[in-house]
Amino acid sequence: MMCDICGKKKATVHLTEIVDEQMSEMHLCEECARQKSVQMEQQFGLADLLAGLADFGKPMSEAEKIDLQCRNCGMTYEDFRKFGRLGCSECYEAFKGQLATLLKKVHGSNQHLGKTPVRIPQVEKKRIEGLQELKNQLMEAIQMEDFEKAADLRDKIRDLEKKGKK
Amino acid sequence: MELSDFIHSTGQWLKGTGAHANIVMSSRIRLARNLATRPFPNKARKKELLDVLAAVQSVMTEIDYFKDSIFLKINELDNVDKQFLIERHLMSHEHAANPDGKALVVSKEEILSVMVNEEDHMRIQVMKSGLDLDETWKIADVIDDALSQKLDFAYSIHWGYLTACPTNTGTAMRGSVMLHLPALVMTKQINKVLNAISKLSFASRGFYGEGTQASGNFYQISNQVSMGHTEQDVIQNINGLISQIIEQEEQARQALLLQNKPVLEDKIFRSYGVLKNAHIISSQETVELLSMVRLGIDLDIIKDVDRNAINELFIMIQPAHLQKLEGKKLSASERDIKRASLIRQKIGG
Ligand SMILES: [Zn+2]
Ligand SMILES: [Zn+2]
Repeated sequence: MMCDICGKKKATVHLTEIVDEQMSEMHLCEECARQKSVQMEQQFGLADLLAGLADFGKPMSEAEKIDLQCRNCGMTYEDFRKFGRLGCSECYEAFKGQLATLLKKVHGSNQHLGKTPVRIPQVEKKRIEGLQELKNQLMEAIQMEDFEKAADLRDKIRDLEKKGKK
Repeated sequence: MELSDFIHSTGQWLKGTGAHANIVMSSRIRLARNLATRPFPNKARKKELLDVLAAVQSVMTEIDYFKDSIFLKINELDNVDKQFLIERHLMSHEHAANPDGKALVVSKEEILSVMVNEEDHMRIQVMKSGLDLDETWKIADVIDDALSQKLDFAYSIHWGYLTACPTNTGTAMRGSVMLHLPALVMTKQINKVLNAISKLSFASRGFYGEGTQASGNFYQISNQVSMGHTEQDVIQNINGLISQIIEQEEQARQALLLQNKPVLEDKIFRSYGVLKNAHIISSQETVELLSMVRLGIDLDIIKDVDRNAINELFIMIQPAHLQKLEGKKLSASERDIKRASLIRQKIGG
């Protein structure tokens, strides 16, 4: 496939541009993509660059390609890169390493701070309750100046938080 | 209520009421939500889309906020009806394009609407006249809670609401404000303002969407970021930005009045004159002239027509609206005639 802009070089970067719910795809060579990304950043900000930005200019190895597939819906990471859309909520687990980086790039943060649903799916609820309990204990330990216990609790919280992304 | 009832009125968001209604057309909150156990629409089979549709529809019948709403299956609508709903800012082109398994829910005053199985299982939209993101958010929040009392949403403690596109993950909320900025355009300051906005991670788009040039001097400003901030923080940020833009537009309007009032008055009254008298008029010309008349109303230069009538015309002069009013298909040149007669009827006096 040839580059949509210059038509001369091979297209290696696939951008998804979203303007008012209209999605259009662009296939560009490295050089045109870089120019386009500078332009787009000036016009729209980071978010519209999404799919291409995911692993910009860094081709994936064969091994990585096979490994990265969502077992629930069958979405591959390659397809996600191409179209900029995930296939199901489990994709977030399957591509979690890549997404953590991408979300940080797009939003400047990869930690949700907004509201929570009234009804939280069971697995998620248990983890949140467990975390909350540990955090309470941590506050208590810090107040009591029991720093050994605090350090221990902090590690446990980290572990649990990591699992949240697994 | 039926779809055919909509043609004789327009949504609450066009009333020209609310805070800063001289500059702010409307405020909108949109939330993306997905059911936890179903693939997102782009990966869902038809059966799965229909399951989502059925689940959402059944839950909505139990929620009071949806009591006066209509539930439209997109594949049962003809092309003019679909275009009509897009023109009213109730759904996207994408939603109309592959209609199977999709629906649109619209409340009576068009304050609340939900696209089912668009890019996400639900896109909840709340839209109100004037600058009122706080109230708009409150409504969206309450409706979201009512839905999540009965449905398990795709959600993670770290990443918040999980959406098909990672640009929405987190709060999955977009707040948008539609601004009318003719004076910033006329004084050639608009690009400076838009540049500043994009540097702050906000996006700007036109009134008629699809990446078209902003027409009628309307600009829609939205947040780009949906993670790392609470909904209230995002709204506060948008409000802060909007109040600065409003102030700049006000200043530009005063500057225009001070420097060349006769020229401005001439431009406004000529626009009004053409709209009141034309027998053939394109949509592009209409939109430009309406923008000038709207400015004339804001500056108290035009006194015999109200803002609501002008706001409504921005919507009514579009192709599908004209065809539904006429009750039949119209060619482009027939529409230009129908458009002119509609405008004369509404503001011709
Ligand atoms: Zn190229
Ligand atoms: Zn998946």
